[in-house]
Amino acid sequence: MQVKDLKQVKEFVFVNEGNLEANIDDVFVGDLLSWVMASANINSAWITVQAHINTVAVSLLKEFSCLIICDNADIEQETIDKCIEENFCLIKTELNAYQCCKEFYKLGL
Amino acid sequence: MLNKEYLVVKDDYANMGKNSSLIKKTLIELGIDNKIIRKIAVASYEAEINMVIHAYGGKIYFSIDDDGLIKLVFHDDGPGIPDIEKAMTPGWSTASAKAREMGFGAGMGLVNIQRYSDSFDLKTSPEGTIITICFNGA
Repeated sequence: MQVKDLKQVKEFVFVNEGNLEANIDDVFVGDLLSWVMASANINSAWITVQAHINTVAVSLLKEFSCLIICDNADIEQETIDKCIEENFCLIKTELNAYQCCKEFYKLGL
Repeated sequence: MLNKEYLVVKDDYANMGKNSSLIKKTLIELGIDNKIIRKIAVASYEAEINMVIHAYGGKIYFSIDDDGLIKLVFHDDGPGIPDIEKAMTPGWSTASAKAREMGFGAGMGLVNIQRYSDSFDLKTSPEGTIITICFNGA
């Protein structure tokens, strides 16, 4: 699966498209950054309510495919700016983490 | 073979992880194995955010010797860790409310640093904490 495949999910709003060709091999849900650092795999789509700039730093260090801010959490402008600068995909959605996971399952992951 | 140093500023949340990103970039440019780079990235990030959240800032010293040993030294300016045993216990944290709201303070920082490094050494006093971690990069 690639990031561009997430365009099929109507509730996923692409705040920044970034690299649409990036592969997604896994999904990780978590709001505690150290848990994410320790446990998530590369090429993951990361679902979280943490929408500050540090989530972008974690995403890049962990080589994630995209960042999905769920539950309509407010996204700080500097987070958006950083994603643009790094050509990294940022998605916002009203869905909660579980509903997001269901969408990934439907897409075959 | 390579020696670099980076400044870490207390409470500079906006730039947290920036130095670890620079270190990672250098390792990629040097052609170090991706698996090793990913380990270093986790350990380095955790140590860097500890310096921002818990310490008064400090410096990171990054070196690679001729044998390919990658060494990172995180030398902060205090106040030291009063109880190392507790600090090394998974889930134990003294992070501020602000840090916790941002998803830090899981109590996994030092645990992750030790888990992801090939060797780990921690020395602490009120003047500062020095964490030295090494990775076999050759």
